[in-house]
Amino acid sequence: MPRFLTDHEHGVVSAAVDRLVPPLDAHPGGAALGVADYVDNLLGAFTFDPPRIFAGGPFSGRFGGEASFARFIPLSPHEELAWRTRIEGSRGMPEREFNGPTRGWQEIYRNGIVALGADFCEVDGDEQDRRLHAQGELRGVLYVHACEGAYGPPEYGGNRDRAGWRAIGFEGDVQPRGYTDDEVSGRA
Amino acid sequence: MPEPRDCDAVVVGTGPAGATAADVLTGAGWSVIALEKGRNHLLSLEAPFAGLGHVSNDEIKSLRRYFLGPDPFLEPRTYRRDERDGDRLFAGEVNNLPSTVGGGGFHADGKLPRLRAVDFKPYSSLGPIEGADIVDWPVDYDEMEPYYAQAERLVGVAGDADANPFAEWRSGPYPMPPGADMFGAALTTEAATRLGYHPYRAPTGVNSVPYDGRPACNNCGFCAYYGCPIEAKGDPIAPLRNALRSGRCEIRADSYVERVLLDPAGKQARGVRYRDLDGDAHEVSARIVVVAGGAWETPRLLLRSGLANSSGLVGRYLMYHFQTFVIGRFPFRLHGHRGRSVTHLHDDHMIIDDDVRRFAREHGLPYFRGGLTEHGGGGGPVMEGVYTSPGVAHTREMLESTMRDRMWAFTIQGEDLPQATNRIDLDPSVRDVHGFPAGRATYDVHPHEVVASRYYAPRLVAVMREAGAESTFAATSPPLEGDRAGRRSASMSRHIMGTCRMGDDPATSVVDRWQRFHDVENMVCTDSSVFPTSTGYGPTLTIVALAIRACRDLAGLPKLTSSRPR
Ligand SMILES: Cc1cc2nc3c(=O)[nH]c(=O)nc-3n(C[C@H](O)[C@H](O)[C@H](O)COP(=O)(O)OP(=O)(O)OC[C@H]3O[C@@H](n4cnc5c(N)ncnc54)[C@H](O)[C@@H]3O)c2cc1C
Ligand code: SF4
Repeated sequence: MPRFLTDHEHGVVSAAVDRLVPPLDAHPGGAALGVADYVDNLLGAFTFDPPRIFAGGPFSGRFGGEASFARFIPLSPHEELAWRTRIEGSRGMPEREFNGPTRGWQEIYRNGIVALGADFCEVDGDEQDRRLHAQGELRGVLYVHACEGAYGPPEYGGNRDRAGWRAIGFEGDVQPRGYTDDEVSGRA
Repeated sequence: MPEPRDCDAVVVGTGPAGATAADVLTGAGWSVIALEKGRNHLLSLEAPFAGLGHVSNDEIKSLRRYFLGPDPFLEPRTYRRDERDGDRLFAGEVNNLPSTVGGGGFHADGKLPRLRAVDFKPYSSLGPIEGADIVDWPVDYDEMEPYYAQAERLVGVAGDADANPFAEWRSGPYPMPPGADMFGAALTTEAATRLGYHPYRAPTGVNSVPYDGRPACNNCGFCAYYGCPIEAKGDPIAPLRNALRSGRCEIRADSYVERVLLDPAGKQARGVRYRDLDGDAHEVSARIVVVAGGAWETPRLLLRSGLANSSGLVGRYLMYHFQTFVIGRFPFRLHGHRGRSVTHLHDDHMIIDDDVRRFAREHGLPYFRGGLTEHGGGGGPVMEGVYTSPGVAHTREMLESTMRDRMWAFTIQGEDLPQATNRIDLDPSVRDVHGFPAGRATYDVHPHEVVASRYYAPRLVAVMREAGAESTFAATSPPLEGDRAGRRSASMSRHIMGTCRMGDDPATSVVDRWQRFHDVENMVCTDSSVFPTSTGYGPTLTIVALAIRACRDLAGLPKLTSSRPR
């Protein structure tokens, strides 16, 4: 269930992210990895309690131990201020503007998606690239979020079934198993 | 009747410097209140002081979301090269170390070498260099040796005492043998040896075997920039837990020290004022104030408090390590994400020989020194992705992983000479969330660092080639390429030193040889602010050793002694 993005916006983010992190050979690409879900979880982080900013620890359960990443860690009041400002923007609130105004990611996505055009998902790849280039701010933010969503822990909403890690030959979090001395020192 | 006080000593900051102070002082029977502006993710403050389990192998929260603080939105810092840049070049993240219970020790990868005898006496051994204020330290290696040995036991350092031919004498072995060698390091150490260098297994504050009630490292690889989920890193959990177990230490997290308070005569500190999470102000009174906020925040606190600065040197002589990176791309995978980030070092690039002197003279210097060279692996995949370009190039790069799994790196932690113009002061308009002026770094390199880097980078490129790299490139931090207009980035170094230099003369130093402030006799600094020079070694073991020495003296404990084995 989307937290912030509408279905249309979700579709546009998926299409856009497949231009920035396109599928190739064993790599499923950003859309199939669930980057749009990652973005939606981040933009809607404060619709969860605790907010989905800092996943829990110490272990994910993937290599033993009790699974605890999904138990997100509550924020301090200052952390909430910082993350709400990043996500929602400062909106003229003095407590968010002690060093000036901040444009929030929600606004950058929402306005940027409108500017990409209602037919963004229908036009061909070259046209999508051209439109993305014209929306430099959205493209920059989305690319960083795409990397996070493709290769970060799945508890943040992306990297579906760890397919991002599998594609690039990365085991991901390995605690509490870790690596044996041979796996560290040996060639394989 | 003296007024009752809240505690014997109030400690500002809980990184390696503050944690060590808390441990030594509580061990001497003192009561200590340690104030930390960051959150506590390290250990329960109730007996038996178990780990909180908050840290994990999570690249997003650790590297992308400031989990261990400081969040640059809440606590920005600013940077400029010199006055010609105006008030600042930018505001945001500048040399940030974690702001959390445990400080930077919590997530450092803990390469913990000792300095050598020459590093304590650079002026008398090597001489001056124009444009820098090179001075001797008011301590020497022989005096420091037992404190180094004690620091290695406290933190738990794993290493091989005979491996580094340039190392100074030691009174005993390391507490633990070295841990597992990384595969890539085997390639680069063999190559370096073939080319006449002397790589060795890095002394590391990570358990190679169970030690001090904590388990051995399992090589998870999320080491530098991550807290250890299993407590295999000793610094600073060991000293903080010791201090708590004494029953005489209270740690208050989310406690931002606004200022140090002086008595009416202005000669003695009477305590500190801090703010809690709700913004409410509190005072803690103490016989002794220990400042240990790190070499960036300590001068900021003192300047904000307007004290201890009759020399005008608080904040000056800011030093980093000048970093030279030599990156090699290999035709096969090196799995540098397994293991402790860096497992080998060499000291050769700090040794001055005839060729170095010749190159130095050709460039107008009497000599130069590089620094410790780390042999290390690549970072995490999110970072790798962010550094590639969007589009098909991204996916191809990620599949081939030339910048992570097939990459190996040398990092020289190059000596950075002390210059009075390099400094921390208070930014005229940028504020932190509490409303206090942000700290500002004004910093530019001395030609010494540039010449040393230009000399050593090609030599490391040759080693990387010899190790089998298909292609290599070199870079520096701060960057050197291009003209002044292009060189706008701040140093990325997390080794910060020098901003309250230690010396005997109150006119030319801020603290004395026991790290007490010349101007405020009951205030001590235990962090690397006191370093008179930067040397080419990671600062942390020396911070801990000096803190043990200063706090033992403060508490009237006997000096530690040791003797050279025959
Ligand atoms: C990834 C990484 C790897 C590293 N690897 C190495 C290494 O291999 N070897 C090495 O020697 N060094 C290494 N370092 C550097 C090492 O972390 C620092 O040298 C060390 O942490 C410094 O200790 P400190 O106690 O002086 O300061 P810090 O660790 O910075 O601790 C200071 C603490 O004081 C708190 N504080 C500051 N001001 C206030 C205030 N006003 N009120 C309350 N609290 C305050 C801060 O929040 C912080 O928690 C590394 C650093 C990083 C980031
Ligand atoms: S590599 Fe070892 S010391 Fe480092 S975080 Fe992993 S288990 Fe801890």
